[in-house]
Amino acid sequence: MTKKNAAFIFNQEQLAYKFSDTHPFNPTRLELTVDLLQTLGALPSEEMIAPRKAVDQEICLFHEKNYVEAVKKGGRGELPPGTADNYGLGTDDTPIFANMHEASSLLVGGTIQAVEEVMEGRYKHAANLGGGLHHGFRGKASGFCIYNDSAIAIQYLRKYYDARVLYIDTDAHHGDGVQWAFYDDPSVMTLSIHETGRYLFPGTGAITEKGTGAGYGYTLNIPLDAFTEDESFLECYKIAVEEACAFFQPDVIVTQNGADAHYLDPLTHLASTLHTFKMIPKLAHQMAHTYCEGRWVAVGGGGYDIWRVVPLAWSYVWLEMSGCSELAQGALPQEWRNHWMTKASDPLPEYWEERKDLVPCVPRRPEINEKNAQTLEKSLYYIQRELRYSHVRRS
Amino acid sequence: MIVEDMMRTNIYKLTPADTIEQAVHMMEKERLRHIPIVENDDTLIGIISDRDVRDARYSIFSDNPLPDVLQKPVKLIMKTEVFTTHPLEFVSDVASMLSEKRINGAPVTVDRKLVGMITGRDLLDTLVQLTGADQPSTQLEVKVSDVSGQLADVATVFKDHRINVTSMLIYPDKKSSSKILAFRIQTMDARPAIASLKEKGYELAGPSIPEWGT
Repeated sequence: MTKKNAAFIFNQEQLAYKFSDTHPFNPTRLELTVDLLQTLGALPSEEMIAPRKAVDQEICLFHEKNYVEAVKKGGRGELPPGTADNYGLGTDDTPIFANMHEASSLLVGGTIQAVEEVMEGRYKHAANLGGGLHHGFRGKASGFCIYNDSAIAIQYLRKYYDARVLYIDTDAHHGDGVQWAFYDDPSVMTLSIHETGRYLFPGTGAITEKGTGAGYGYTLNIPLDAFTEDESFLECYKIAVEEACAFFQPDVIVTQNGADAHYLDPLTHLASTLHTFKMIPKLAHQMAHTYCEGRWVAVGGGGYDIWRVVPLAWSYVWLEMSGCSELAQGALPQEWRNHWMTKASDPLPEYWEERKDLVPCVPRRPEINEKNAQTLEKSLYYIQRELRYSHVRRS
Repeated sequence: MIVEDMMRTNIYKLTPADTIEQAVHMMEKERLRHIPIVENDDTLIGIISDRDVRDARYSIFSDNPLPDVLQKPVKLIMKTEVFTTHPLEFVSDVASMLSEKRINGAPVTVDRKLVGMITGRDLLDTLVQLTGADQPSTQLEVKVSDVSGQLADVATVFKDHRINVTSMLIYPDKKSSSKILAFRIQTMDARPAIASLKEKGYELAGPSIPEWGT
């Protein structure tokens, strides 16, 4: 049997992961993405696979049982506020909503499904853009995330496939939940490139966080300065990913594709354009083929400019993965724009990349780029030294 | 916070008759910079640092340490004038002592008996905890005038938005006579709180949007 190229995990029920109409984490962005891809003819039905619901046993590969019980109770309206607090539930960030356990389980199941499609050899790559909830902790919700689908799926990869997993997180917020989940594990390498935690949530993700015990060196953080633009972002990303692959020699790559590093994003202060989101999956794709016989699982993540940024950024991920990246150029389909125009609270974009004259120019660019280059160098110091020594030992 | 709350009680120690070689091994294995020297009943009588050991061990011009040096007892190189602290001492006072005496750590004693060790690193770890950087949070710095009631006014904003504050520091603004209130708040979306603070006329430090040019 020849492997098919790529699987897109999605169904309408995934849109139920919704806190409220005013909450910034808005599932409409997933709907917009799917609709855009379908309008382009880039999402044939044989490539679309419905996610399954993760069972408790799978969720508990990472989460604590009593936390899962609390989420279930919360979704049924039976969780007292005092108890909810202990689990990070019922806050403004992660409010309680009806059937939250079922909705969250579907996002987790989607990422596990994506892992299975790839590891069972049915598809080379798979995407579950509803996943990527990287802030979730073992026993606590945090930063819009209830269950940490990526941490669960990576545990799943470890348990059932004994695979070496490289996790690459390009969300503007530090991927703390996934990082701490595998902080002492040398079989899982986490690489997070994000806005510095100086002011931004969650505040962690410093270069000094490198892993602990046997896992020392298997955690990489590249905290970028506020207002970092494409050139510096992509340079740091490219070098870090290439070095991490050479050092770690992964069996499978899991990428978290948060789309909030864009200059229009209301929650962060990075200043990249759509060009960055076009290039991120390209390199991941290439590395998956170089190191992992193509095995690549992509999930979504943050992204709070849901009209102008997220649908395009996520489409880039799928178009790259399915080998149709040539569809992402020039004007966006008018049919898609017409469909959403009246609902959109911001003017919908017309083209796949911003007009250059509309992109703001950041003062102090050379200083920011210089600072980032230094951060990158310090962050990679350890694995570069290890790589050099291992070459010396081999020769 | 007092010393007792943060000192290490798992202490690596030697007796005066133990050899310098034992000290070398212990320092290397446990990555220590200081080893307290005690009598059999834990009475503290001295301390040796990695520098004392290095000075005794060999010359930089020689590749090999002299074997008879390594077999000498540590009492020959230990310092007997030791700056100690007490479990009930305030952490801030210990920090001042370490800084003033330019030392890196101090034994903690009760009745001259060794009960713990405290080092600069323990203090730094505590500082990280105090700044709240070990919990997922957003940092906001609010500039206020140096008069009473300001903290309460700002904190009310967080209360109104039902945001939990994980840590809070006050420090003087270098450029004016104002004070900076640095909060770590447990939310990923700080926009509503920032808007309320600005509405009340507060100035916020942070990555403000620079003057975009095109």
